[in-house]
Amino acid sequence: MLEKFMNMDRRIIFMLVALVVIIPTLIPVRLPITVSEPTQKLYDYIEALPSGSTIIMAFDYGPSSLAEPEPMAKAVMQHCFSKGVKVIGMTLYPNTPTLADKLMQRIAAENNAVYGEDYVFLGYRPGALQVILGMGTDISSVFETDYEKTAIAEIPMMENITNYDQIDLLLDLASGSTTETWIIYANTRYGLKIAAGVTAVIIAQMYPYLQSGQLVGMMPGYLGAAEYEKLLNAPGDGTVGLNTASFAHLLIIGLVILGNIAFFIHQRREA
Amino acid sequence: MKRQIPLALCFLFGIAMIFTQFSPHSYSQAVYKEVINWGLIISPFALVLAVVTLIQTHATRIRLRTEHWQYSLIVFVGMIVMVLIGVPDGPQNSVFVWLYDNVQVPMDATMFSLLAFFIASAAFRAFRARSFEATLLLIAAMLVMMGNVPVGDLVWNKLISWIPGSDSPESWVNSTANGASGIRQWILDVPNLAARRGIILGVSLGVISQSIRIILGIERSYLGGGD
Amino acid sequence: MEVFGIWVAAFLTLCIYSFLYRDNPFYRFAEHLFVGISVGYLIVIGIHQGVIPLTWEPLSKAMSALWTEIIGETTPETRQALWGLFKIIPIAIGLLFFARLSPRHTWLIRIPIAILIGFGAGAAIPNMLQANIFKQTHGTIAPFADINAGTLSTWDTFGAVLMVVGVMCTLTYFFFSVEHRGPINWLSKVGIAFLMIGFGAAFGNTVMGRVALMIHRVGFLINEWLGSFGALF
Repeated sequence: MLEKFMNMDRRIIFMLVALVVIIPTLIPVRLPITVSEPTQKLYDYIEALPSGSTIIMAFDYGPSSLAEPEPMAKAVMQHCFSKGVKVIGMTLYPNTPTLADKLMQRIAAENNAVYGEDYVFLGYRPGALQVILGMGTDISSVFETDYEKTAIAEIPMMENITNYDQIDLLLDLASGSTTETWIIYANTRYGLKIAAGVTAVIIAQMYPYLQSGQLVGMMPGYLGAAEYEKLLNAPGDGTVGLNTASFAHLLIIGLVILGNIAFFIHQRREA
Repeated sequence: MKRQIPLALCFLFGIAMIFTQFSPHSYSQAVYKEVINWGLIISPFALVLAVVTLIQTHATRIRLRTEHWQYSLIVFVGMIVMVLIGVPDGPQNSVFVWLYDNVQVPMDATMFSLLAFFIASAAFRAFRARSFEATLLLIAAMLVMMGNVPVGDLVWNKLISWIPGSDSPESWVNSTANGASGIRQWILDVPNLAARRGIILGVSLGVISQSIRIILGIERSYLGGGD
Repeated sequence: MEVFGIWVAAFLTLCIYSFLYRDNPFYRFAEHLFVGISVGYLIVIGIHQGVIPLTWEPLSKAMSALWTEIIGETTPETRQALWGLFKIIPIAIGLLFFARLSPRHTWLIRIPIAILIGFGAGAAIPNMLQANIFKQTHGTIAPFADINAGTLSTWDTFGAVLMVVGVMCTLTYFFFSVEHRGPINWLSKVGIAFLMIGFGAAFGNTVMGRVALMIHRVGFLINEWLGSFGALF
């Protein structure tokens, strides 16, 4: 009986996982969210930016990881547009330009933001290191035109933007090691302030940079997106997703505990 | 010559990047900008080569009729359709965007979402507290998991509400409210930070020493084999 | 068209999920179609976002400026654009990547690779030293200034001391030039404990990340795909 339990068909586990995600999606649950310090720091930094400031949002994630960065992008862009902070979008990932362009357009339309005045999407250029260093000397040497092939010089909000000196913050929405690359090269070489919105997989490795001050703030995964939405008082996909994720987490914790109990009982019997 | 020229170029560009970091002189900065421009121009060709190599691999499978060669044909069809639509008109073409939105993005996202199922299966079958270290790992994982989701604080607050004295607002018990997320934050802020910092320091020292070896021509593995 | 797109996306999503039951032709079809579409997308982006703006456009501007110079209609802008002719050199070096396709001339690919590697190595040394060694070391020791000033609570002081202990012990674990015996062995065991907690934290967060992807797809299937039934019927 115990062996049967320990070796149960994994498709039963797959069914359980599907159920704990499908049921809360059909019957949404609202749970209270506590805001953590890294998200609060990022929110406070953007809140303190005067109107007319400019931030760069780097969409450094692929379609395989869009679930977490998208609600983060929505929340931060909403915050920026409400404060008159301009947003420059770009990406270091070759399979992301179309995704990022459409996302920016959708969020801008929801917030009545105007392309070229409130936001612009520059697109993608190959060679992450060269792009990061090149933008530090002259953004137009890397992006002579935006994603729609309009010359940078003809875009109103880019008129006074030459390089990182005119940028108040770079927010890296990342699923890989790009945040570290931005910190090592853009922050160290040019003094650009960096913040991160990272997928859950890389949260743990950002903490040394947070503590040393090389990151001004961070949104950690779904939790960070939900926290930022709470600070804005605008619950969205992050909040919904986090509440649904609660039950999947409980299931996995339960599976770990059950698996170990069965293992120890089995070990006792063998001994 | 076949090895000397690349080694010399590697040395030149490496030294140029290091020296221009420290000199604000206009000539130095001009060299710095030019080196970056060269890097920007050369990089796209590496991307194109990677794609050409992938095409070669699948073309060989079709030519030699290896097992499941028909699937390589599907790869080609998908690729040719995207190229024929996207190259003349650019990535803003509506059909190109439609294919990206309704074929590439959903499949890319779904492929990786399969991992949620496998992680649950592995959690049940493989994550065993067989040793002290494994137990530490599992306990840390479960505490972080509980703290990551609102239900963790809900359960914690419910548990502490059963402790005598919790009905008084000034009680020490209530100062531990939302403890699940607090414990998670402490684990990430202290022991996790310490371990990660140790890894960052170690790896960075390794990368720096390897970079010095590459620039000085001691490390030559990037040149590949042959003469 | 939008509803048709949702159905196509839903069909392909279910094809991928069919792998959970077992490997089957629907999954293989979807998998290979995905690879083909992705490679095609990369080619288009590589050309339109890489080759054209960084090589073709500057070079063609320089060529028209040269022609303007030859026919005697020079302007300051065309004079400036002439400098783009020098881009011929890095373009030629970039084209050497394709030497890989010829077995006799494969060695030429070493030239652009060496330039990119030298560039990366040269950029890494000073910046990584500053960002990952000096600033991280500073971050490890900085809390002691606050301890000295008396601005840290007891709990935070304990955390700061524990952090220093953890960093030193983790570094000791990775120091393989000395045999791990006696005190070194104990320090490295403490380092392993910190590493296990770090990896445990990473695993705990990974669960959230993977579940998030699944929630996103299930949300699409339930809200958009099943919702489109209403639009159709």
